[in-house]
Amino acid sequence: MHEPLIFEKSRRGRRAYAQAPAERAECTIPAEFLRDEPPMLPEASELQVVRHFTRLSQQNFSIDTHFYPLGSCTMKYNPRACNLLAMLPGFASRHPLGPDRYGQGFLACMHELQEMLKAVTGMKAVSLTPMAGAQGELTGVAMIRAYHVARGEPHRLEVIVPDAAHGTNPATATMCGCVVRELPTGSDGDIDLDALRRAVGPNTAGIMLTNPSTLGVFERNITEVAAIVHAAGGLLYYDGANLNAILGKVRPGDMEFDVIHMNLHKTFSTPHGGGGPGSGAVGVGIRLMPFLPIPIVGKREGKGDPEYFWLSEEHMPQSIGRLSGFMGNAGVLLRAYVYMRMLGRDGMRRVAEFATLNANYLMARLEQAGFELAYPGRRASHEFIVTLKRQAKSLNLTAMDVAKALLDHGFHAPTTYFPLLVPECLLIEPTETETREMMDRFADAMIAIVREAETDIRRLKGAPYTMPVRRLDDVKAARNLDLAWKP
Amino acid sequence: MSELPGDLRFTGEHEWLRKEEDGSVTIGITDHAQSALGDLVFVELPETGQELEAGGEMAVVESVKAASDVYAPVSGTVLEVNSALADDPEKINADPYGEGWIVRMQPSDDDMGDTMDPDAYQELLDDLES
Amino acid sequence: MLVAIGVPDVESLFDEIPKELLIKDLDGIPDALGEMEISRLMRARAAEDSGPSCFIGAGAYEHHIPAVVWDIATRGEFYSAYTPYQAEASQGTLQTIYEYQSMIASLTGLDASNASLYDGASALAEAALMAVRANRGTKSRRILLAAGVNGTYRKVAAAIAGSQGLTFDRLPLHTGTGTSDFSSLRDGSDAPVAVVIQQPGFFGTLESIHEITDLAHSQGALVIAVVNPTSLAILEAPGCWGEQGADIACGEGQPLGVPLSSGGPYFGFMACKNALIRQMPGRIVGRTTDLDGNPGFTLTLQAREQHIRRSKATSNICTNQGLMVTAATIYLSLLGQEGLARVASTSCRRTEELVEMLCAIDGVDHLFGGPHFHECGLRLDRPAGPVLDALAARGILGGIDLSGTNPELGNALLVCATETKTKADLEAYRDALRDIMS
Repeated sequence: MHEPLIFEKSRRGRRAYAQAPAERAECTIPAEFLRDEPPMLPEASELQVVRHFTRLSQQNFSIDTHFYPLGSCTMKYNPRACNLLAMLPGFASRHPLGPDRYGQGFLACMHELQEMLKAVTGMKAVSLTPMAGAQGELTGVAMIRAYHVARGEPHRLEVIVPDAAHGTNPATATMCGCVVRELPTGSDGDIDLDALRRAVGPNTAGIMLTNPSTLGVFERNITEVAAIVHAAGGLLYYDGANLNAILGKVRPGDMEFDVIHMNLHKTFSTPHGGGGPGSGAVGVGIRLMPFLPIPIVGKREGKGDPEYFWLSEEHMPQSIGRLSGFMGNAGVLLRAYVYMRMLGRDGMRRVAEFATLNANYLMARLEQAGFELAYPGRRASHEFIVTLKRQAKSLNLTAMDVAKALLDHGFHAPTTYFPLLVPECLLIEPTETETREMMDRFADAMIAIVREAETDIRRLKGAPYTMPVRRLDDVKAARNLDLAWKP
Repeated sequence: MSELPGDLRFTGEHEWLRKEEDGSVTIGITDHAQSALGDLVFVELPETGQELEAGGEMAVVESVKAASDVYAPVSGTVLEVNSALADDPEKINADPYGEGWIVRMQPSDDDMGDTMDPDAYQELLDDLES
Repeated sequence: MLVAIGVPDVESLFDEIPKELLIKDLDGIPDALGEMEISRLMRARAAEDSGPSCFIGAGAYEHHIPAVVWDIATRGEFYSAYTPYQAEASQGTLQTIYEYQSMIASLTGLDASNASLYDGASALAEAALMAVRANRGTKSRRILLAAGVNGTYRKVAAAIAGSQGLTFDRLPLHTGTGTSDFSSLRDGSDAPVAVVIQQPGFFGTLESIHEITDLAHSQGALVIAVVNPTSLAILEAPGCWGEQGADIACGEGQPLGVPLSSGGPYFGFMACKNALIRQMPGRIVGRTTDLDGNPGFTLTLQAREQHIRRSKATSNICTNQGLMVTAATIYLSLLGQEGLARVASTSCRRTEELVEMLCAIDGVDHLFGGPHFHECGLRLDRPAGPVLDALAARGILGGIDLSGTNPELGNALLVCATETKTKADLEAYRDALRDIMS
């Protein structure tokens, strides 16, 4: 059922009376600065607004309502306490430019978060400021560039990126003024070491790696990869998108990575919110410490309680600078802090154990049901890939069709068509917060879909049937751009 | 799979070229390319008078699932662009070798560069299939 | 489950990892806290930070946030939903974003808005990169910033866009009016690729937007407007600046229903003219129809984005600030143009009243002449730092010390009073300041 736009429900002169000042104040700004036409905003009552957005929310799938096995996204449960406590009035109403002295509660949380992230990643220093994974990547590559420039090697502009990498990796390299060198992945899922040896040289700035990789498997030769790149004078950047698979089991610092970005909205369960906000905190080894983006929380031990304060340009003259207007997504960081405190030491190890157990179980069930795995000989990390290329050929059943059909079975689809290397693929990540029964139901749905494809592929091609809308015409959306309502 | 027009030359990047009477060269993308891209939604064209280098970016064709660069197969100057594509990018899907032409240029020399004849291009396509 | 997988224990699942990398224990991570214990800790810390009356602006503004906004925005269906890549399962999020885009387009007077960027500062960086891509008529990579552009925004833009060869220059500040001295723009030498105008400026002052816009366009430069969304309820929309209107508008969306929250998460908005839409970074939602011909919403123009275009993407950005955008859309829907205009005008009036009261104290004076939006500079007869410390000790965050950002202005501070301040709040400030200054 289509919900009309809030504009279509508007009526002249209507508004929510209690939420704005009782009168328009006299404005002494001269007319030449003022607008002639008022902006076109909704005119609706409070109840209309409440109904409208409540009903819109009911059209969404979400972790709170559905199993969401999106590979590489780590759709684990977002604990309610994280939200409640991060939004406590004392935190919510604090101005970012308020004096440090009157923000010690908040700064204590931030400092402890920095320390915990260092401990779990094995890195030497952390900056919480990047506001998303992509910004974390930008930070990492920018720091690597700054390192080489500071050492008199500004010609090191080549960034090696595996062909299976997430699109943000090469996009980031370009944004930093670097040149991308793509590296092929072997058929067993590991990086081709010979190709790597040929790719490194005097112009190598570094390599961007995800481990476990986007193919859902652990990079078994990681120690060798690190040695090759370091020997050539390059640095190692770790894309922490898949940190959930190794949390508490392996530390990127021990794998010789020089910089890592973490996706707090994945591994540390901050909300996805329909597309954001994320948080891409970065950790570094010794080589890159001077270049971390500011501000960072510092701590002064004194006679009484420790004192927390912001480190800025004067403390870190070689920093790559500021990436946000203030200090990043503070509220998101508070949620991550609460989550980590509730997990504790033992909880963190259990995250990787259960995420891996669940992924391997679901992989076994699907394999036993006849689905083809992209890397059948390998252990799943916290995710794995099923390829539908056989079904695409024999039944004309594509990954897209399966994704849409799953919606009718009450499941959000896994990630489809990523990584680009594997044809007709589904990248499946159950996460550690799902039960065995849920995964069994998902496997059953997958089996039912293939069975339906064998008998009535035409009907399947029209899925979904039970959503608020049928399949949408995205060609029309791009050709006839309608991006804003007009009266 | 449509027949490859006999009067065209082809590149490994799935572009076609036609040498015109007046020495200019008309360029477009092949049926294979348009099919791989899917329904086109937008075409970014160069400006007339623009100098292009062989192998350099000439145009961008955008579908819902990809935005692909179209490279200049030879060096030269842009004489004319198919501005009808601004309103109807789907002409490339419907008639890639005719109404879906993209750019007409004056090549800087007579060298047709790394282009191949229809048979050689067909061979390339057959190899890709297998 | 282990039986189904065919392994004896969970540890076997990690057998592909080189043994020497597996850690035994996590030092540095404390034991787990139950919900009760962590609640106690967080409440104590939040209480530590509570209390002061806030008169700081400088890019983040305290406004009343209606109860409905976060009650609905934190519904699980919005809060824990993913990016709307599977459109049929995400119509709630997609329609909300479409409505948001419509509101931003209207507020800015431009044709199209994206689904938001991280914050105002990074939005300016992206706008600068966008202007370079879009302005084919020049090879310049020089971005000229008006004097009132937030200094931190300039630093962030340089950090993000500097590695792509962009340089950021500034127009001088006219110390009488607190606005830009744009005489250098007239002579046309070294024309920039884009001119950035912040309205209201960092000091709350108002630029000659029409004149500067026309001058910039006459030089072949694009115009980027950095604007406060609350102010757009009453101030001229960037799309109406000068003869042709600004080309891109961006800014910090926090004032629209997002709490101050120590600096984030906020959201950056961005809107542009039709001709530039394909150069705009970030997600964009479009309205279309489904197989039955019914209206629906979907992400569109994705071919420009990182997950498809990869190294040639308009930006590496993957996120939009979905949750904050949801809150802002609800906020704007509740207030409407009349409500927002009341918030804007009341905030201006409160600041005016406060400044009048404070300037009646000896040693306190206006910093700049001319009209202001809801923020104003004050000149003191002594350094502002210690004065602000003394005010803070009395529970009043009186503003920011401008000697940090603008030492050339001498002893000065920047104050802001929004509609959240009552007459009693203003009087408390005046009384405390009078006491401190005597």
